This record gives sequence, C-alpha cells and structure tokens, in this order.
Amino acid sequence: MTTTKSKVVYSPSFTDGAEFHIPTFKLLKQDGSLYKGAKAPDIDKDKALRIYRAMVMTRVLDERMLAAQRQGRLSFYMQCTGEEAAVIGSTAALDDTDMIMAQYREQGSLAYRGYTIDEFMNQLFGNELDYGKGRQMPVHYGSSNLHYMTISSPLATQIPQATGYAYGQKLAGKGECTITYFGEGAASEGDFHAALNMAAVHRVPVIFFCRNNGYAISTPAVEQFAADGVAPRAYGYKMDVIRVDGNDVLAVYEATRLARKMAVEENRPVLVEAMTYRLAAHSSSDDPSGYRSKDEETAWREKDPLLRMQRWMEKHKWWTEDDEKKIQEDLRREVLETMKRAQKRPPPPLESLITDVYDQVPPMLNAQFEKLKAHIRKYPDDYPKSANDPAITAKGGA
Amino acid sequence: MAKMNMLQAINDALDIAMAGNDRVLCFGEDVGIFGGVFRATSNLQQKYGKARCFNTPLVEQGIVGFANGLAAQGSIPVAEIQFADYIFPAFDQIVNESAKFRYRSGSLFDVGGLTIRAPYGGGIAGGLYHSQSPEAYFAHTPGLKIVVPRNPHQAKGLLLASIHDPNPTLFFEPKRLYRASVGEVPEGEYQLPLGEAEVLKEGKDVTVLGWGAQMEVIEKAVEKAEKDGISCEVIDLRTILPWDVETVADSVFKTGRLVVTHEAPLTGGFASEIAATIQERCFLYLESPIARVTGMDTPFPLVLEKEYLPNDLKVYEAIRESIEF
Ligand SMILES: Cc1ncc(C[n+]2csc(CCOP(=O)(O)OP(=O)(O)O)c2C)c(N)n1
Repeated sequence: MTTTKSKVVYSPSFTDGAEFHIPTFKLLKQDGSLYKGAKAPDIDKDKALRIYRAMVMTRVLDERMLAAQRQGRLSFYMQCTGEEAAVIGSTAALDDTDMIMAQYREQGSLAYRGYTIDEFMNQLFGNELDYGKGRQMPVHYGSSNLHYMTISSPLATQIPQATGYAYGQKLAGKGECTITYFGEGAASEGDFHAALNMAAVHRVPVIFFCRNNGYAISTPAVEQFAADGVAPRAYGYKMDVIRVDGNDVLAVYEATRLARKMAVEENRPVLVEAMTYRLAAHSSSDDPSGYRSKDEETAWREKDPLLRMQRWMEKHKWWTEDDEKKIQEDLRREVLETMKRAQKRPPPPLESLITDVYDQVPPMLNAQFEKLKAHIRKYPDDYPKSANDPAITAKGGA
Repeated sequence: MAKMNMLQAINDALDIAMAGNDRVLCFGEDVGIFGGVFRATSNLQQKYGKARCFNTPLVEQGIVGFANGLAAQGSIPVAEIQFADYIFPAFDQIVNESAKFRYRSGSLFDVGGLTIRAPYGGGIAGGLYHSQSPEAYFAHTPGLKIVVPRNPHQAKGLLLASIHDPNPTLFFEPKRLYRASVGEVPEGEYQLPLGEAEVLKEGKDVTVLGWGAQMEVIEKAVEKAEKDGISCEVIDLRTILPWDVETVADSVFKTGRLVVTHEAPLTGGFASEIAATIQERCFLYLESPIARVTGMDTPFPLVLEKEYLPNDLKVYEAIRESIEF
C-alpha cells in the first residue's frame, strides 16, 4: 500500500528541486548584541561560563596540539577551530546523559562535558592510560562516563548507529535522546540516507547535526551537492529541519534545545544544519592553500564564534578582559604541563595487541602472541617499545 | 629513464592513459584540482579538464557504482578510493556488480574498462583504519583482477596494464612506499603483464614470496639469510587474482621450501590460499612446512604497530626455521 496523498493533475507538472530553500536562524551579531527582534535563550551565567570555557579550552588545545604535531611530538591532529559554537552550543542544549555519536572533529563536546586535559592527552599520545589502549590514531576519543561513543574513522557509520541507539532509548522510556554529528561531506554517504529514513519511519528521538563547514578535505560544498545544502533532504524523509548560523552559539543552542524537545517529547528525528567554516586545515596532514584562498579564510575569521560569545558575555558583565587573559594563560600552562606528563608515560602493554578483539582471547590468538613474545625476547633491541614489558621480561628468555 | 617516486610513476601512468584515450577518466574524493590527498592525480584536471578528472561527492558506493555504469557504457574509469580501508562501503558494487557483470549477462555487458585504485597497508602510524590490506576479501571473488605493485617501475607498468586490461581490476598501492620508493622509470607507455609473478632473484634453498610493500621487507630478510649462507629465491606475486601458480610451483619444485608473507591477518589471508595450492602441487617436493609470516588475527594497532607488522626479522626467522626444520 502506498501512503502518498498527492493530488492528481492532467498536465505534466514538475517540481523544481531548487525550490527547496531553508532560512538560516541567527540571534547574535558579531559585536555581541542581538539582532532586532531576537530573543536570547535562557542561558544563565553558570551555563554561559561553562560553554565559553569549553570553547576556549578547545581552541587552546587545538593550537597547542597542532604546534606539538609540527614539532614532531604527535603524529597527527585535527582541529575544531571555527566550529566551536556549532559543536559546543549544541552539546550544551542537551542533557549530559544524552548520547553523543560524533564524527571526529567534536572535541568541544567532550570539553563541555568535562573530559579532562589529561584524558585528551592520554588518547593523543596513545599511552598506557588511553582508554582506547593506543590502538587508534590521535583524536579518536571516547568516554562511556560522558556518554560519548568512541570515534571510528570510516565516515558516516555513526549516523545509522545513532538511529538505532536512539530507538533503544525510546524503548527504554527515560526521555533520553542521541545526537549525531557529521560533516556535509559525510552526509553524501549511503549511511546518512539510511539513517534518516529509518529514523523518520520508526519515529526515533535522534538529532542529526550536520556541521556544514564548507569543505570535505579539499572538496568544496558546491562539488558535494547541487541542492541548497543538506537541510532540504529532510523534506524527502518527512522530517523537521532547522538551519542555523553555526558561528552563533546562542542560535545553535536554541535550535538544538527545541530539536531535543521535539525528539524526546514527540519521538521524532530532527535535522539541524549548522552553517559554519573550517578555519583550520582538514588535519595536520593537509595544506588548504592548494584549494582555497586566504581571503576566504580571513573573511570567516572575522566571524569568529569565540569572540562573538565573549562580547555577548561582556555585555552581561559576566566576563572581563582580565578573565580572558587568565583563562588563556591557565589553559595554556595546563595543556603544556599535561602534555609533558602524558608523553612520558609508557605505551600500553604488549598484551593490548590481543585483548578486546573478542570478550576472551581465543587459543589461536594466544598462540600467535606466544610466538611474538619469543621473537621479541630474541631481538629486544629491535622492539624498544615493548622489550621491557612484563610480558617479555617476566619469564626470561624463551 | 627518469627517476621517480611511486606517486610520480602512478601520476605518469594516469597522464599517459588519459592522453592516449579520451575515454579514460579519473575521479574520486579530492582527486580534482587538489590532485588527491596523496597527490597521485596532480595536474590531471588542469590538463584534461573537469569532465575527465573530478571530485566526486563523498560516497564510495556511489563512486564504484558510477564507475560500473561508466565502464558498462564503454568508458575507461579509473576510480580512486582514498584509503583501501574505505573500500568496504563499495564492497557490494565491487563483488556483486563489477565482478559479475560479464558472467550474469553472458557477455552482453561488461565493466572491463574499470580500474579501482586504493592505497593500502601499514607502517605509517595509521592505526586501525588507515592500515588495512584488504586483498584477501576480494580474492574470494571470481571475476576481479587484483594487482599490487612494489616500486615505481612496477607501479607504472602494472597500472597501465590494469587500465588496458578488459577486466575490472583492483589496484592496491603500498602507501608506505609512495614517496619512500624511488627508482628509474621508463618514459612513455609500457605495460607489465598481469597474472604473472616475477622472479626477482634466483636461489636454491628456499622460495620467499610476497607482494607490494612486503617485497622491501623480504629483500632485507633475504640479505640477512644470505649472510648465513642460505640461498633464497625471491618472487613478487604482483597479481593476487588470478595468481601465477606455475611460477611459484616451479620455484618450490626447485627449492623445496616456501615462505609467504603479507601484512593482513593470518586466518583467511591470501597466504593460506597459496599454501594450500602449493602443498597440493608440490607435496612430494616439500622439505618443510610452508611458512606464513603475516599480521596477527586482530585489527591493526597503532602504538604497537612495529610489534604487529611482519618485518624483516620475522621473515628472516621464518626462513631459518624453514631451513632448519
Ligand atoms: C568512508 C570514508 N571515506 C573516506 C574517508 C577519508 N576522509 C576522512 S575525513 C574526510 C572528509 C570529511 O569531510 P566532512 O564530512 O565534510 O567533515 P569535515 O572534515 O569537514 O569536518 C574524508 C574523505 C573516511 N574517513 N571514511
């Protein structure tokens, strides 16, 4: 049975795909004042400070860690720079127990939820304290305590998983939802379309949050899709959608707050498209000068989301220049000190090679491990990272 | 001859193929003006225009499905998958469609013009998702050709052969060697045969077999073994599917011993297939069990990558064990 309720016409009538335009919701101007008629969301001083602190921490961490990568201390890094308002503003509008399924550039969500600088560093350096046991590249964070699913590199795989996770939350009936972040590039993957369709059909409390930052590595959005961004796709799935200025933390917060309300109170998915800009390179391995202009970057730098929020807080007398100086200095110092500590910590134990593949290590994997240990005992100088590991030294030469 | 690294050799092959036939197209994520994240397609858009070298939206199943359609139409698509780890969203299009177009239509249709390039392998601090060697998954699929070059000279000749071959071909490039492997590369068009292994070095005590980045590892291991007075025959398989059973079997008839190495996990890795076939063919000639030196039966790690990888020491040890059996 088809559920189409369309009326019949007797002369051909095409609908132009270009007709679907979606307005952009904004509240805050760059000088920190509100647009005429705009109403700020209900954010008190504590919340504002929590949001802003996470924004600054993300920015400082990004600057320092990129520098660390340049100095060869770190193999790889990815910045959130330019997108802090989109990421942190949306996370702040959720309950702290709502699930986050991120793509990879959302360290701001973790910063907001209280992931410590130590925790960031342990993952970045893949040391013995890294929850992921040094198996994944830097920036693949995860935290079950903070309801943040560990990052997986294959793009868009988290989007249908978010639909499934949120369906489970709906059945559990605790009023929780899931937000999933992705770039406008990843929204081209089949997984994106599958996720939205299933969520709409099954009325799932999930927020699909697209960070439309203009580029997928070197590919500009105009080579990613012909339509007006990602937002109009929601029509095809019969889903509510809002487009928001992604550099406006108040607008992002308010849009996500309302999206969450619809998701948990009415059991339905919502798509949010935050229009922003990837101010940094794609990653530490990328050089954007080959595919975009400095002028373009400079124009976006003038829309810096941190400055905008800072000015708004100053107008409320919640923030001063001195506060700004202090937070910058404190965070810089903390990041540097923590980095030194994390870097000195030993790598994960050799045994981490074979654990967590299954709930228990199967015999054939144990046999492979025994063989590896015997080999390293024979050539300890060639395996400096693990030659002093208890697994190698315990029983002596084999 | 010119000195080139592997990326330059691949770029040169693509350039020659596009210049020689305007039905050849190159596309994939970031391959346009940027020239791909590794720069294998540098300057091709500038030279041949946006219609023949372009960025696709970020969707691997779309890229390969699109390429299948193009190839069925008679074009010669060379699609890039940015990392072999991300070929899996396109798995259905490759194993169910590319591989079976000809068979299911009784040759009414085929996608013989199709080539899919993807950087594979570890040793670059890439962790789980930027290090995999997926050749064995595809080797289980009749209808595909799978090719892995070991250096710039091979890369150019084998890539041109893959592009010209009338079968869908997967071309896995050892990314660890992209810039590290430099060598003399003939100018202009030349092709190296698909389906033929190459005997790189003759020897009489043991055959050591691999492909791609493992050939460099084998070379070092063999150097060590020869210092011990062990004479090694070294073979680069080059084409994983269909593979050159004759050359490998002939070698094992002579040496009586075989060591096979690859980076992918042990179980179900392509070395298993080789070991089974050579055991069947050469049973009465074998002096020792066929040895496999591979990654472990785990995902690819990051920090302990060195421990995990089948390096020259491990291959050397396997050679010795094979001799001393
Ligand atoms: C399935 C898959 N294909 C390709 C890649 C390689 N890759 C990593 S990031 C990226 C671009 C992503 O762009 P977008 O989704 O817009 O997010 P942004 O980086 O702009 O935040 C690509 C192609 C991948 N990780 N996974």
